[in-house]
Order: sequence, then structure tokens, then C-alpha cells
Amino acid sequence: MIDFTSINASIESYLQSVLPAQVATLVECALIAVCAIAAYLVFAIVMIYMERKVCAAFQCRIGPDRVGFLGLLQVFADVFKMLIKEIIDIKDSDRALYTLAPFLVVMSSLITFSCLPFDNGLQVLDFNIGVFFIMAASSFGVLGILLAGWSSNNKFSMIGAIRSGGQMISYELSMSLCILTLVVLSGTMRVSEIVEMQREGWFIVRGHIPAIIAFLIYLIAGNAETNRAPFDLPEAESELTAGFHTEYSGMGFGLFYVAEFMNLFIIAGIATTLFLGGWTPLYIPGLDGFNAAMEWIPGIVWFLGKVFFVIWLLMWVRWTFPRLRIDQVLVLEWKYLVPIGLLNLLIMTVCVVMGWTL
Amino acid sequence: MDINLIIFASLAFVMIVAALFAVTSSRIMRATTELLFVLFGTAGLYFMLHYTFLGAAQITVYAGGIVVMFIFVVLLIGKGSVDVTQTSLRRYLAGTAVALTGMVAAIYLINTTDFQAVNFTGDGVEMKELGMTLMGTGKYDFILPFEVMSVLLLACTVGAIMIARKK
Repeated sequence: MIDFTSINASIESYLQSVLPAQVATLVECALIAVCAIAAYLVFAIVMIYMERKVCAAFQCRIGPDRVGFLGLLQVFADVFKMLIKEIIDIKDSDRALYTLAPFLVVMSSLITFSCLPFDNGLQVLDFNIGVFFIMAASSFGVLGILLAGWSSNNKFSMIGAIRSGGQMISYELSMSLCILTLVVLSGTMRVSEIVEMQREGWFIVRGHIPAIIAFLIYLIAGNAETNRAPFDLPEAESELTAGFHTEYSGMGFGLFYVAEFMNLFIIAGIATTLFLGGWTPLYIPGLDGFNAAMEWIPGIVWFLGKVFFVIWLLMWVRWTFPRLRIDQVLVLEWKYLVPIGLLNLLIMTVCVVMGWTL
Repeated sequence: MDINLIIFASLAFVMIVAALFAVTSSRIMRATTELLFVLFGTAGLYFMLHYTFLGAAQITVYAGGIVVMFIFVVLLIGKGSVDVTQTSLRRYLAGTAVALTGMVAAIYLINTTDFQAVNFTGDGVEMKELGMTLMGTGKYDFILPFEVMSVLLLACTVGAIMIARKK
């Protein structure tokens, strides 16, 4: 297994040797920020291409195949098109908030993104309350959407923003409950420890029934958090043109678009970290040869493999189910998911206390 | 120059500027957004002190909860701006008196408190210790306030249902 902790340490000691200590820290911060933003954009590009191909497959189409080999350059063409669009000036809009809103959304998802453990030591933020911090950082993304809807001075944007606010605040609750269930099982909130504990069996197996229920609720709530179908009411194109980002053109819209895809990646990443063992390889007790073979596959391959599997599941749901009505969305959350989630938390606690986990 | 001092100075600068904008802005939505930045700055200060739990709680409760509620109320009421130029003299005086009292109290406390230099390392208080204190029944433990708080939240929920209920 590659251990990134030693690589990080050697980079740090090199920087410390050529620069004064505090400048070295600043340079490290800048390097990490550049790497994180680059990774963020690369994954966004991969996912936009994947979304088009998966969507095409579920609708019995071929998908983009004209720009570049297998349409691989399609995303770059899209970005270029977006960059050369005119930035329009909305009449009677609140210009400052209108400009600020997409950055709030991106900031929230970028901070959450930096908490994901890609491999042993390959993680930007890791401290004692990691999971709680993830919940905190993802909770203010909704502010950007609300501000975008408000500052656009457009009825459709406003309705989209209010819908999105109601939906995202509601579903955050059951997402937090699922994360809490897993915190009960793991006994720690530090992300690296949670992953390390799953070296001998992933939590979805070790927590058996309550963990599987939590996983399902988490996926449903995660889908709603990212405003994707069947929960895409905030931007329901047939009724609200494009919801909260109707009035955005060029890269303003581009930022919302990228943030939406990256939120999907983050949801899948957190699901992988908490339920599917993060970067740890598949471990089956008793099969020593098999386990040793699995150890040879690098952790980052395991992590990305699991993440893209979960993303594929969510895309499958997106392109299969029709959109819900707003009252159905809220009934699903408040009358079904939250009570089940609370009960599930109780079941998990009983299981952990009685030692019924694997 | 110490790097901590630079971080503290930039956080403090952002907080003061945002706070000034928040109270002087005539557009209520902008004031709310400026308030958001003050709260972010406070969370940053907690993280600087390695008080990670409080920092994350600050972001969840205030940025992700209270400010969202404020914005929701503004969205539903739908009044974008308040006319602050037409405030009566009595309100002016009362506001000034409250602000001055607060300022005097703060300056007095800062001058009389004996601040001790503390070097924070690591991640601050362990989560387990925090939970034990919050749920403990011994001396200096917080089970009673915690439970009383839940009664308050229950009352709020019942009140909200009463208001929202159709006759």
C-alpha cells in the first residue's frame, strides 16, 4: 500500500529546509489549495461526461460522440461555449448578492470536498470532529441558492429558491441522522479513524440491518440534497424554466452546474467513506490469499471505484424516476424518512450496546 | 511576524467590516448576508483556538440554521428594504444608549480580565469528554440545562404548529 503520509512529510521537510518555517506553511497551504481545486475541476469534468453517457445509455441513445474520440472533448467544448457567453445585467437586481451567490455554493462544496479521504494520508482536512464539520460545511450551500433566487428579481427564481430551501433543510435532517447512526457504530468522528476501522470489514457489513437502512436513507436524502431528479423541483424546467439559476448566464451558471455535480460526488464520497470502507480494500475474514491480493490495488483506486459506483447508482435513479410534487417530497421526508431514521438510530445504539455488530 | 497574528488580524478585519455593513445597510437581505460573514469570522476564531466542535457548531447552527431562517422570513415577507432615514428621534436615542452601554461593558471587561497566554495544540477537547460532560449528572455537568433546553424546543415546535394550523 502506498502511504501518502510519508510523501507529505517528505514534501514538508523539503519545504522547511529551503524556506523559513512560516513561509513554508503558507506555501504548503497554497499548494494544497491548488491541488484541491484542480482535483475538484477534474472530477467535475469526468462526471459531466459520465452523466451524459449514462443518461444516453438509460435512454437507449449513444450520447456525445462527435467532439473528439468518443466525445471526450464535449465537456471542454461546453465550457468554452459558456466562457464566451455574454454576462447579462438584470434589471433591478441586487448586483452584489447576485454575484456572490454562486461563490457561496461553490465554497460550501469545495470545503466539504477537502474533507474526503482519497487514500491513506491523502486528505486535506482531518480533525477530531471531521464528520460533524462535513455536515456543517455542507449546510450553508443552501444560502447561495436562496440568495441566487432572491437577487435575480424573477418570480420563477424565487419559487425555485423557496422550494430548494424547504427541501434541502428538510433532507439535511435525515442525512445527519444517517451519519449519526454510523458515528454510533464507529465511536469516532475523525474521518481517518472511521476509514481505518473498516480495514477488517466495511461498516455496511459490520452494522448489518441498521447500517443498510441508514445507507438507503442516506442515498435518498443525498439525492434530494443535490437537487437532482426525482427531487429536482428547485429547477423543474417544465414549470420554472430553470429555477434559481434562470437569470444566470456564462460562468455564473457554470459554477452552479459544477457545484451540483461536485455535490453529487461528495455525497457519493461520504457514502463510500462511512458505509463502504473508504479507501480500504475488500476484506473477507478467513480468505488470507484473497485479502493479500486485494491489498495490492492502491487505495485511491478503491476509493474512486466505490465513489463512481455510488454515483452510477444515483444517476440510474435520476434517469429512471419521474419528478415528485413538492408536497410528496416533504411528506416523504417528514412522515417516512425522519421517523425511520430516528428508529434506526435507536436500533443501531441497541445493537452496539448489546454487541450485536459483526 | 507571527502567522497566527496575521490570521487573527484578517479575521477580525473581515468581521468588523461585515458588522459595520450589516448595521448600516438599508437593504435587509444584504444586512443578513453581512451577518453571515460575521458568523463565519467567529467560527474562524474558534478554529484558530483549536475549539473545533464549537467552530463547527457555530457554522451549523448560525450559518446553516439561523441565517437561513432569516432569509426565509425575508423571502416570505417580501419587503426588500426598510427606510432607515425616517427613524424617530426616540428610537435613535434608545439605540445609541444600548450601543454605548454595550461598548462600555465590553471595554470594562477587557480591561479588568487577566488574559493568560495559552498555547493551544492538537484538536482541542475530545468529543467523548464533551458528550460525557453534556450528559453527566455530577458536579459541573450539564444534564439539567440540556433537558430544560429540550422542553424549550418542544414548546417552540408546538407553538409553530399552533400558528401554522388551519382553523
